[in-house]
Amino acid sequence: MAVIELSDIVKRFKDATVLDGISLSADEGETLVLFGPSGAGKTVLLRLIAGVVEPDAGNVRLGGRDMRDVPPEARNVGMAFQNFALFPHMTAYDNIASPLAARRSAAERVREGVERVARLLKIDHVLHHSPRALSNGQKQRTALARALAGSPAVLLLDDPLRNVDAKLRFEMRLELPRLLAAERATTLYVTQDYREAMALGDRIAVMLRGRIAQLGTPEEIYLAPASLEIARLFGDPTINVLDVTPERDAEGPFVRLSRLRAPIDPGLDRAVGRPCALGLRPEAIRFVEAGQRGAIPVTIEAETPLNEKTVTLATTARGREILVSRPSGTSAPTEGLAHIAVDSAHALLFDRETGLRILPEGKRADVRGAAA
Amino acid sequence: MDHASRLERILRGIAIAAMVLFFMFPIFWILLMSFQTNETILRNPPSMAFAPTLSNYAALLTGRLDTAAGTLDIDFMQNLKNSVILSVFSVAVALLLGVPAAYAFARHKFRGSEDIAFTLLSFRFAPPLLVVLPLALYFQDIGLADTYIGLIWVYQLICLPLILWIVRGYFEDISPDVEYAYRIAGHSWFATFRRIALPLAGPGIAAAGLLAFIFAWNNFVFALVLGSADKQPVTVGALAFVTASGIQYGQIAAAVVLSIAPTLALAIYAQRYLVEGLSLGAVKG
Repeated sequence: MAVIELSDIVKRFKDATVLDGISLSADEGETLVLFGPSGAGKTVLLRLIAGVVEPDAGNVRLGGRDMRDVPPEARNVGMAFQNFALFPHMTAYDNIASPLAARRSAAERVREGVERVARLLKIDHVLHHSPRALSNGQKQRTALARALAGSPAVLLLDDPLRNVDAKLRFEMRLELPRLLAAERATTLYVTQDYREAMALGDRIAVMLRGRIAQLGTPEEIYLAPASLEIARLFGDPTINVLDVTPERDAEGPFVRLSRLRAPIDPGLDRAVGRPCALGLRPEAIRFVEAGQRGAIPVTIEAETPLNEKTVTLATTARGREILVSRPSGTSAPTEGLAHIAVDSAHALLFDRETGLRILPEGKRADVRGAAA
Repeated sequence: MDHASRLERILRGIAIAAMVLFFMFPIFWILLMSFQTNETILRNPPSMAFAPTLSNYAALLTGRLDTAAGTLDIDFMQNLKNSVILSVFSVAVALLLGVPAAYAFARHKFRGSEDIAFTLLSFRFAPPLLVVLPLALYFQDIGLADTYIGLIWVYQLICLPLILWIVRGYFEDISPDVEYAYRIAGHSWFATFRRIALPLAGPGIAAAGLLAFIFAWNNFVFALVLGSADKQPVTVGALAFVTASGIQYGQIAAAVVLSIAPTLALAIYAQRYLVEGLSLGAVKG
């Protein structure tokens, strides 16, 4: 059953339309990630579900109940704010206890509840501290604990890892899925970090300019982005984009890369003659020996090791910059002239005018849900 | 910043000493005067050497003023009591009305909210004499002249705008997210106001209350026109020391010392709250 149902939500502030017809639903126990650049309307959407902002049009239903005119305290949601929003005049314990205290639970029940989430989040040793005395990581965990303490049906997490350091962010990215699974709450998770989105989301809703641009599983969005913009947001290093105009010969459709013929999916026949952008993931390009079929000569400009992978910046004969990613430790030319080959099965073709992906015909079944 | 030269430090010390002397000397001089008789105060040249006397305080406390022209009854203790009653209740009423109003103005932008808030502030611009005469006439008609309630009501012109505008700023400084978080946790808006907004704006409310108290305490015109002798505060009561046989400097000084004592004590006590916890830094990441 859908625990969160949003239909045609519109929200305007003055003249700016922040949310422009959002419809979305999340099933029980699901973690749905709202991903998008800042200003896309993600936070407003969360606040709208929490009830601290009212929609101008549209309908919010939680657990099947219409939430019109239902105040925030009666919605049974838990929310963690990006800036933590801890109560500065209360101890961490009282912060976490506030959802339990609101229900007038017995002191013993409150203590049990607080200790349960505090143990889960490993902050049981700082419960008597005031927020001022907590480190950033502890503040963030306290804020999470407070959101979880009331065992809400709906959990709203507004970029909770934004203000914590990289190491802690990585730890929490591993820890959170287990935690959310244990709580069995339906979770909406807002983030601007595509890695976080892919690590945590059962599904990801990509939000751009107040609309949902794509909704799908992490794999779908990474492998089959609906538009060039989405393709650029997912992946580090970012996807290579080359302006091409597909052509056709006896063997089928192809694009020219440095005057070499690079075949593309036969299903993309209808793109022939249209100005397109070819998206190539850096990991879909590899270095090859000169003279190999489809080898494109490049000049290597720079190399950046990124722990598990190494990224090489190269330029083609026509001066186009290409990023090539390979697992660290594998050998590859590091300077001077080299050759690359493109795995054209992984190439994505986008209409240059609309920015939308041109789907290969007959392959729609593979990207089910991507355009839903 | 540890490279200040010796000369610099000496000059800074002198400058600070001069400032302290400038501001503290009148209070110190008044304190000295309050322990002197009129004769020693008025001798020429003035001298710091005198035989201290408690006669001024005794006269104030007993309400009997012996002058060259005879004995005069003064009711200074009644004036002091009036000052306390008027100031305390004025500030209490102003806090009761002003703090919720300030919260509303800070959190809810409704049509005309700025105009209403500004109108309330504009009460502070009007010269008191402008309103005091018509008020005196009205008060005679409706029976509020020479009552504590009438005076406390008029004192709202002084206290309410002050509290409203200062406290509003403090409420606006509280992150709305902190209040949202409390409501989402399941508390009503009133509980949120009481347990989150009020404690967090506490230092601001204390500061505004203290300022309002001082302004109310120092008010002269309203009480002079709208109250009679038994309702008048010390500011008006001090006029009694300008007697037919001369100005009683000794008693005035003692009266001043007694009348600034409560506000001074309050200021020193509240200073802690004014400074402590003014920053809400713990909220930010």
